[in-house]
Amino acid sequence: MNEFQDRRTIQQIVHNARTVAIVGLSASELRASHFVGYYLQRHGYRVIPVNPNEERVLGEQVYPSLHDVPEHIDVVDVFRDPSAVPDIAREAVDAGAGALWLQFGVISPDGARIAQEGGLSVVMDRCLKVEHARLLGRMHWMGFDTGVIAGSRNSG
Amino acid sequence: MDEAPREFGFNTRSVHAGQRPDPYTGASATPIYQTAGFVFEDTESASAYFNLQEYGNVYSRIMNPTVAAFEERLASLEGGVGSVAFASGLAAQAALFFALLEPGDRIAVAKALYGGSTAQLNHLARKLQITVDWVDMDDPDGWRRAVTAETKALFAETIANPGGNVLDISVAAAVAHEVGAPLVVDNTFATPYLCRPLEWGADLIVHSATKFIAGNGTTIAGAVVDSGTFDWSNGRFPSIADPSSAYHGLRFHETFGVYGLLMKLRSETLRDFGAVLAPFNAFLLLLGLESLAVRMDRHVANALAVAEWLGGQAGVSAVRHPALPDSPYRPLVDRYLPAGAGSVFSFDLESGREGGRRFIEALSLWSHLANVGDTKSLVIHPASTTHRQLSDEELAASGVAPGTVRLSVGLEDVDDLVWDLERGLRAARDSAVTA
Ligand SMILES: Cc1ncc(COP(=O)(O)O)c(C=O)c1O
Repeated sequence: MNEFQDRRTIQQIVHNARTVAIVGLSASELRASHFVGYYLQRHGYRVIPVNPNEERVLGEQVYPSLHDVPEHIDVVDVFRDPSAVPDIAREAVDAGAGALWLQFGVISPDGARIAQEGGLSVVMDRCLKVEHARLLGRMHWMGFDTGVIAGSRNSG
Repeated sequence: MDEAPREFGFNTRSVHAGQRPDPYTGASATPIYQTAGFVFEDTESASAYFNLQEYGNVYSRIMNPTVAAFEERLASLEGGVGSVAFASGLAAQAALFFALLEPGDRIAVAKALYGGSTAQLNHLARKLQITVDWVDMDDPDGWRRAVTAETKALFAETIANPGGNVLDISVAAAVAHEVGAPLVVDNTFATPYLCRPLEWGADLIVHSATKFIAGNGTTIAGAVVDSGTFDWSNGRFPSIADPSSAYHGLRFHETFGVYGLLMKLRSETLRDFGAVLAPFNAFLLLLGLESLAVRMDRHVANALAVAEWLGGQAGVSAVRHPALPDSPYRPLVDRYLPAGAGSVFSFDLESGREGGRRFIEALSLWSHLANVGDTKSLVIHPASTTHRQLSDEELAASGVAPGTVRLSVGLEDVDDLVWDLERGLRAARDSAVTA
């Protein structure tokens, strides 16, 4: 656990976000970033790929950097080397994004701090797809612990 | 939604985790999804499920919603990220070792182990070209001496069957992590109510859910629980970190992170082994977990009372219950098992092999049977049953004396249990006089 894995923050992002810019979204169907992008699209999120080396991924126009994205971004979801995160965090602050989400293994306390000081919600070393599947999706069909406890039909 | 999510306690999770009221019918008990297959919504969804891009039900050899409710509940109670259930405890172990080990690898295993597990490991060693290094778990340096550069896992029971040896979990975990191998603990005898080895540094748990989890002796079942904290990309576990040929080059650890091993264990190992838990059996296990805490408290109290009583009886030369004040395991029990050391233990009759036989024959309440962890009290005499082919010398080597009797203390009235044991002891003493 690090301080950027607050369950309430995760819950708010998963429930409220609509537009997710995925930095480092790969065109290869086998990469984790593609799994996440594909999954988020299936579940109704608008996915905006950010990657200087691609043109179209998952049927969407790709932007070389966050600066180039012409619309509001709710979540900046990062699949890059941790050393790249502080710059991405600054760009996310400039772009007025709502949250910075750093995927499994993308651990950058400096980047997280920059985003936090810029007013963004921050999640680090967690997977957006997993958290969606845990809270709203079907991860409980795979025997994973979702943490969801519900004895009535009002909950969850 | 803006309220902070609550961290629910063990008892609440025993009753609720993994199960939500059925959204379609409102059924309060977990429905038994007795179906082989699941109808796909559309072709796109079907291929997403097969490619593991989306969590979906495909076929009950791989996943089933009733089984998943049990898996999630057990994972929640152990404090793991998830679990995969199997048709038996030994199936769970075999699948896990198969997923972790490659030909040429070594596994360090406590010598004090369930006999079926010892036999399984020797069998796997022959067939898979792995080497088992047997460890004296009571020796503080035992693990360190046993591990080598090829060691890919360490394996022991929290409370060993039948010797009652208690594992120093932190010590074994430290050695495991020094060599970059996971510590796998069989938590069958403790259950997550009495000990949660993941909290002490273990990486993986295996269970024979046949025992206290099912609780009523109705069901053969097993499971693997993963802490999600082991680094499978440390260069030593190519089968989990490297591209998988079964899924077009998918890298399980990179793609699924903390869920990588369990995804592999389900979608490759369980899929190919086929030793799946049946939905009805999962339903029984869910019922078992609901009452785990209250049953274990009674099991622990009854077993200790019986052990203390046995210690004062003529004809009994030793009582090996790890929570007794004179047990060498008492400090480890205080540390790892503060709520009790379970309800399975053994004792020795002075009258040896023949005494053991007479003892069993004289009992009328205790069931003479090869299982443990039932609501009913169970007894077995290894020298005339499971170990009957062995000479006295061979018995001694496996930690069993000719007069050793193993008890699994159930939930009956202690007075009645003692009444029956007294009759057994009398018969055993008479055999010593006539012999
Ligand atoms: C400690 C322990 N582990 C594993 C097993 C094997 O479990 P199963 O019989 O469910 O395959 C047993 C069964 O006796 C056991 O006692």
